[in-house]
Amino acid sequence: MQHTLEQFFRALRAADVRVSPAEAIDASRAVTVTGYADRTLFKDALCSTLAKSADEVGRFDAVFDTFFARDAVSMPPPSASPQGEPSDADMAATESSPLAQAVLSGDNARIQQAMEEAAGRAGVADIRLTTQRSRLTRRLLEEMGLEEIERIIANARRFPEQQGLADRLDQARRDLFTEAQAYVARQHDLYAAASAQALREERLARKQLNADGGVDPVDYQLMAALVKKMAKRLAAKYSRRRHIAHKGHLDVRKTLRRSLAYGGVPFDIQFKVKKVDKPSIVAICDVSKSVAAAAQFLLTFLYSLNEVVDRMEAFAFSGRMISVNDILDDHGVEQAIFKVLQEIGFQQTDYGRSLQDFSEQHLDKLDRRTTVIILGDGRSNFADPRLDLMREIHDRSRAVIWLNPEPESYWGQGDSVMNRYARFCHVAKQCGTIEQLERIIEDVLRSYVPH
Amino acid sequence: MSISNPAAAANAGGPLSSVEALIAGLGGVGYIASRRIATALYMAVNLQKPILVEGSAGVGKTELALSTATLLGLPLIRMQCYEGLDESKALYEWKYGKQLLYTQILKDRMGEALADAADMDEAMVRLHGMGDLFYSEPFLEPRPLMRALKEDDGCVLLIDEVDKSDEAFEAFLLEVLSAYQVSVPELGVLQAKTPPLVFLTSNNVRDLGDALKRRCLHLHIPLPEAALEEKIVASRVPGVEARLTRELVGFVQTLRTLDLRKAPSISETVDWARALVLLHADSLSPEMVRDTLNVILKFEQDIAAVEPQVVELLHRR
Repeated sequence: MQHTLEQFFRALRAADVRVSPAEAIDASRAVTVTGYADRTLFKDALCSTLAKSADEVGRFDAVFDTFFARDAVSMPPPSASPQGEPSDADMAATESSPLAQAVLSGDNARIQQAMEEAAGRAGVADIRLTTQRSRLTRRLLEEMGLEEIERIIANARRFPEQQGLADRLDQARRDLFTEAQAYVARQHDLYAAASAQALREERLARKQLNADGGVDPVDYQLMAALVKKMAKRLAAKYSRRRHIAHKGHLDVRKTLRRSLAYGGVPFDIQFKVKKVDKPSIVAICDVSKSVAAAAQFLLTFLYSLNEVVDRMEAFAFSGRMISVNDILDDHGVEQAIFKVLQEIGFQQTDYGRSLQDFSEQHLDKLDRRTTVIILGDGRSNFADPRLDLMREIHDRSRAVIWLNPEPESYWGQGDSVMNRYARFCHVAKQCGTIEQLERIIEDVLRSYVPH
Repeated sequence: MSISNPAAAANAGGPLSSVEALIAGLGGVGYIASRRIATALYMAVNLQKPILVEGSAGVGKTELALSTATLLGLPLIRMQCYEGLDESKALYEWKYGKQLLYTQILKDRMGEALADAADMDEAMVRLHGMGDLFYSEPFLEPRPLMRALKEDDGCVLLIDEVDKSDEAFEAFLLEVLSAYQVSVPELGVLQAKTPPLVFLTSNNVRDLGDALKRRCLHLHIPLPEAALEEKIVASRVPGVEARLTRELVGFVQTLRTLDLRKAPSISETVDWARALVLLHADSLSPEMVRDTLNVILKFEQDIAAVEPQVVELLHRR
């Protein structure tokens, strides 16, 4: 059984339920307490030791039901068996193949056991790709001893009185084939399905998001999930050092000084107090025509950021700038993006005008603890870029980070004033793919987002 | 496997002997547990592991710990987590005021004790002998975690909303949770005689670290199905009629299918049932629902969204 458990852990890991060795040990201990007799108890006990979040519980349930499938083999009983039990003549003819006997007597448990053993020898559990399925099915059947059955059938065909047996075995052979196929498919679901998902994520991560058409609607959910994961990581880094709030340690110097007022008796105890730093993020997102394709990606990032960061102000602009905090707070991600685009999207970009809007109405949101993140392409339609305002934003805030979906070689080409804005940014980076976003969050934001 | 937990051993044949007994026992103290909840609790006791309870607000996470304490007849020690919680509030603190006052008061006595020392060295040696005096147990102010470890007969320790605390505190919890011990630099390691039964609850404000999750059993409490919820209401609100229970649970279950900012959870259902009993309602009428909607829905927008469709929702079931 230990081996089965190990296999089960492997299947769980393949389904992205993280099982550490320590948890595996816990699970084995849990199983020794519960035993195997009660399926629900067994399942719940494993679940509480292995699945560690609501998502994982869902995936655990799915894997458990596939892995410990009930009545995995359900071959129909041999059809035209004249009497319920196979005749002695049949048994004699199939003596050389235990499998054939099991099939004839409809012994599903024995067939399943044979299949499990054969699967071990055939290495079915090592399946990686969808295309391996038919080859592995074939190998599985070979390992189970199909050749012997085929030989018996061929033999039986030669004798008229054994035609019935041959037909029944032929039918059983086909059923067996279906079962083996289903078995391999299950193993594929358990061990290989997740790797296909990983492949898709990897491909999406590298995709240029400002290319024509932007994100494929099919991949949209996946992208939102990936971006959210990153925003969460950013938020975790960002909140890390807020805790040096007030350590309750005695401040000896202060206490002694106060004690002078009471004749040297330390009556008034003083503790060391550190101020809580309250960093904040101001995020400004360009949703104009020129970034149309990437806008969805940028807004998804903005949305996720707003979800995970407490003190965050979100703005969107194309011709003018508006605060979008309320929209992001009140709606689901897809609807929020739609609303923002509806309200302000796809107009002529005017960076100067938008910066002016910002400094007139929201400049007070910036202080030395604020990080400003600007998402945009820096294409101002040849209007005045208002570098003076950009300088002011730069001077007032702790850090200005500009993430541009265009590659650096385009900066300054045509109506792009990105190279001029870049002077007033602490960091200006290309951010056109999810992979780049990830790298930026890992390397750049870590040092610039205030602790 | 031998059961090493004394609490479990003492209860052989009692509420901890099997999952079914646990469900019955919890039911006896007014907590209607699903099988998964009871199994997790059973495993926690048998494996001596802390149990991390997750679920949205109001599904009975804290209540589970309270009921377990009542069931086992153990004292409950509760620690509420919040941002900025640190060791001195969670574990122990030195009674600085007492220490300082004692040094002042004992100054003269010390002078006397040292007066007949032949030279400086001897005085120092004597002083060393006294030095540890002020960092001893009488000057230690135990906080919830240490109190829980010092309960010799075991206890139920509830660490509420652990996700609200910060990562450093989480790391600090690891020692307590895996070895049931704490190290006080001045005193050494304090080990629990009887490991407490630990519940941690989380609302998923932030993701907990893997290290903490790894040390705990995990229990996710979902919103209950209608049948279970009816049982819960019946057990929590004694005066409620069966027909009303069925109607109001049905209505709440319908509400949960809507897209609301905060779907009503069990505690809201129970509160609503209490309110309806107080109002002597014997069945749900649209007016009654509209008047009491603020008991189950906690956001202005949600109430505004639901109010116009009350009649329709009542008929939908």
